[in-house]
Amino acid sequence: MIGDLIIETKGLRKTFISKDRSGKKEVEAVKGIDLTVRRGEIFGFLGPNGAGKSTTQKMLATLLSPTGGEAKVLGYDLAKQQEQIREHVGCVSQAGGADLGSTGVENLVLQAQLYGLDALAAKKNAAEFVERLQMSTFVERPAQSYSGGQKRRLDIALGMIHHPQLLLLDEPTTGLDPQSRAYLWGEIKKLKAGGITIFLTTQYMDEADKLCDTIAIIDNGKIIVTGTPEELKSSVGGDAIVFSFLSEETAHNAEALLKEKIQVERIQAKDNSVYLTIKDGERMMPELLRSLDAKSLEAQTVTLSRPSLDDVFLKYTGRSLREDERK
Amino acid sequence: MKMKLLHDTKLMFIRNLQHTLKSPVFVFVSMFQPLMYLLLFMPLLNALGGLPGLPAGKTVDVFIPGLLVLQALFGTAFVGFSLIDDIRTGVIERFLVTPVKRPAILLGRVLRDALVLLLQCVLITLVALPFGLKVNIYGFLLSLLLYALIGITMASISYGFALIYKIEDPLAPTLNTITLPLSLLSGIILPLALAPVWLQDLSKINPFSYTVNGARALFAGNFQNIGIPEGFIVIGVLAILVFLWANRSLNKMAA
Repeated sequence: MIGDLIIETKGLRKTFISKDRSGKKEVEAVKGIDLTVRRGEIFGFLGPNGAGKSTTQKMLATLLSPTGGEAKVLGYDLAKQQEQIREHVGCVSQAGGADLGSTGVENLVLQAQLYGLDALAAKKNAAEFVERLQMSTFVERPAQSYSGGQKRRLDIALGMIHHPQLLLLDEPTTGLDPQSRAYLWGEIKKLKAGGITIFLTTQYMDEADKLCDTIAIIDNGKIIVTGTPEELKSSVGGDAIVFSFLSEETAHNAEALLKEKIQVERIQAKDNSVYLTIKDGERMMPELLRSLDAKSLEAQTVTLSRPSLDDVFLKYTGRSLREDERK
Repeated sequence: MKMKLLHDTKLMFIRNLQHTLKSPVFVFVSMFQPLMYLLLFMPLLNALGGLPGLPAGKTVDVFIPGLLVLQALFGTAFVGFSLIDDIRTGVIERFLVTPVKRPAILLGRVLRDALVLLLQCVLITLVALPFGLKVNIYGFLLSLLLYALIGITMASISYGFALIYKIEDPLAPTLNTITLPLSLLSGIILPLALAPVWLQDLSKINPFSYTVNGARALFAGNFQNIGIPEGFIVIGVLAILVFLWANRSLNKMAA
């Protein structure tokens, strides 16, 4: 029995040795990671490119051997029981791994056979996933003719073919068009509903936010913070509200008034607008408006925005994840 | 455990053979070089009949076994490019996270390469028959094993470097650097009996010169010739060593 802990790591590390003209250099890609992934959840591993997401995932998939630390995957020791882990974990790498020269069916049947099924059972398994991921219209064609979304579906089917208890997905929607992304998100949710635990790495905040039950933010080889999306966002300290007024003077009066009357985290007037950060912004909004009205400080527009995971990333790293994406 | 390796090797062999069968034209395209030698170079040799190592009227019988070694060297030397493709698209990583017996991944490939090579050797030999080739049929069949071992050796070298580089650019120069001296130093094109002593000595450290000697003896049906066991032993040991090296490169990829 493995209980509820699907992945448990303590101080998991990976150091690569890179050689160049100046000699050997150690590069610490993963600097001691503690993770707990529970049964049935979608665990999001969010971070910029080069943060150590894929390296961690490859270690969990037995593709890379850790330099230090320990890990249990499905209760099996990562250092000693790699064969058992390979039997029960599915893995979809960033590259995908579909054999482009073969058809989808050929890919799926071979994959099932590699997990020990005979030809007949492998064909049945392949058919099951063709149906589940709605691939029947294209699965007889060579995979090199697939669209990005179709290929992704095949990649995921390949990772699922042996009905693993844990699926590792490395940046499943990177490079996909918005429609395919949305479709894939739906598919991933369906997989979760089927009872599988999913460990998903992503560099997209919206993806982590929409899909994941728990998120660990990784930067520079270290986990910075872990929590549910809600916990993380409320840790930022409140919602952002912007009032705009007709004049700079009104804005400054409004700032002074709100500062005095209401408990805000942060408030600042700039040009014709007042920017404030406040806990529980939705609930506070009517009171804010009433206070302004009482002094005839009429707001022209009001916007309320919940903090995003980008604000979370900004708070803990001092950088914006979006800035990293643009690089 | 042994059965699982056999089972997985069969799966990988079939997968790679399917790829070959999807574009069978390449099996013939890579026969172009030896056919050119046969048509455009062998006539020159006929005029040299009577020189050391080239008995008059039997130049074809000496040339063809060597030509097949040339095909085994160059025909399989570049199979590594297909592996780089599989590395880039993540196929190899996908195989590595399954419970597949890892040696099966390369074993299935080199066996496919050996099979393709044997088909080419048979075809080239058939084409050579009208040119007056006289060959001992049993010797020929045995020589196929010799060529297969050369093919496995070259394919393993190619895959080994492909796994180390993981990109195409340095692969072709590396393979050319290896195959060219090996072929020149094995007396394929002209017999080494014509060579100065230092060159003959140099050829003795080239494993492939032993296989060429063995193949020529087999074609002639000289089964008592010491060159035959020498050829088999040298290339057999080399094939095993080089395959193990390539397989180690594969395991290193996941380390």
